[in-house]
Amino acid sequence: MPNDRSSPSAPVVVTLPLALVRLFPGCVRRVELSAATVGAAIDALDARWPGMRDRVCESTPRIRRHINVFVAGKRASLETRLAPGAEVMIMTAISGG
Amino acid sequence: MAKQVLILVGTKKGAFIVDGGAERHSWRLRGPFCETWPMNHVVGDPASGTIYGGGGNAWFGAAVWKSSDLGATWTHSSEGLAYAAGEEPIKAVWSVAPAGRSLYAGVEPAGLFRSDDGGRSWRHIAGLRNHPSRPKWTPGGGGLILHSLVAHPSDARQLWVAISAAGVFHTADGGETWEPRNRGTRADFLPAGENYPEYGQCVHSLVMAPGKPDRLYQQNHCGMYRSEDGGRRWDSIEAGLPSTFGFPAAVHPRDPATLYLLPLNGDTAGRYVPDAKAAVWRTRDGGESWAALRRGLPQENAFFGVLRQAMATDRLAPAGVYFGTSTGALFASADEGDSWSCVAQHLPAILSVETLVVEA
Repeated sequence: MPNDRSSPSAPVVVTLPLALVRLFPGCVRRVELSAATVGAAIDALDARWPGMRDRVCESTPRIRRHINVFVAGKRASLETRLAPGAEVMIMTAISGG
Repeated sequence: MAKQVLILVGTKKGAFIVDGGAERHSWRLRGPFCETWPMNHVVGDPASGTIYGGGGNAWFGAAVWKSSDLGATWTHSSEGLAYAAGEEPIKAVWSVAPAGRSLYAGVEPAGLFRSDDGGRSWRHIAGLRNHPSRPKWTPGGGGLILHSLVAHPSDARQLWVAISAAGVFHTADGGETWEPRNRGTRADFLPAGENYPEYGQCVHSLVMAPGKPDRLYQQNHCGMYRSEDGGRRWDSIEAGLPSTFGFPAAVHPRDPATLYLLPLNGDTAGRYVPDAKAAVWRTRDGGESWAALRRGLPQENAFFGVLRQAMATDRLAPAGVYFGTSTGALFASADEGDSWSCVAQHLPAILSVETLVVEA
């Protein structure tokens, strides 16, 4: 499950790609929130900007193929745990045509 | 009241709007909109003046975009526009159709969704994908897409959809149950003896004659057809056309016997206009005879195609006719197709053309 509620939430910082920020009025590039996993962080973003989860995750559910999420410089999944103070970077992968 | 004609253009790199007055002689291009997402279908709701756009972005998935101010500002939503967890996710919205108080969306992989709140949230019409034929639906060249949505003008329970390559399906109970309606349409890609199946045909576009809900026309990968009984039986009307292959079909706003096609040279021959000379083909008698309309269209070195949703008419008199090319050119006729002019070029590849007529 992406949102592991058994773990305590910790304050983390999430950085969003500009192409995602542009889709949500009032959205900013750098967001501080509390989450125990990447999935929980995306849930928190969705609560703040409804619909954002659908832009980052497929209904499977998993992170979209052409979206990369990095935690401490390493590719992460929805289940990846977040330590207090973790930096989560959501980036657009090479795609398009 | 003066009228304003908007040409709504979906392209591989965003939506565009081309504004013209009722005289349809001068045009002004606006866009790109929708954050340059590929927009498979941009439509206007004539009742409300709202513009909707269906598309899908390689990074961010599928959504329906909406503008309530003729394109000045846009929002997007995909709330509820998803299959169940574990199923293959939706890649893109392929078609959008306002129908009464509802809005329908066809998606890839093929499925049908409905919104009853103006596109803010969506509900899966699961009956279509529950049809027993579904495991045998196979994708056409553009994917397994639900691309044509034809609502009955007075019976909200009736809807026709077209899926490449599953064929035409009809519901009479609001989407709970569906019936394939492909009898008489060919599948040249199947062996002789099996080439008239119950379903599996590669329908390219499906349209309804104005004021005559039982009369449907379809451009198919394999021929051109007319039905007089809501699709239960189809008859070929391809005699007189330069090719059996093409994508779009557009009906006249008032005359059920007038239809516009843009035949291409063949599915394995490049899929551009025959002899590299552009022509729209028009029938005035329901497909019994056809005439090429070429005045103002390029008659040499035209190596473009026109995709399934990239031709439309408007509701003025005389009717305007419009089409957009795979090479990003947009052509318009203000005299029912008799003469044409290029109103925009150098756009991204054009995926859809629709019109919206509003009071100026």
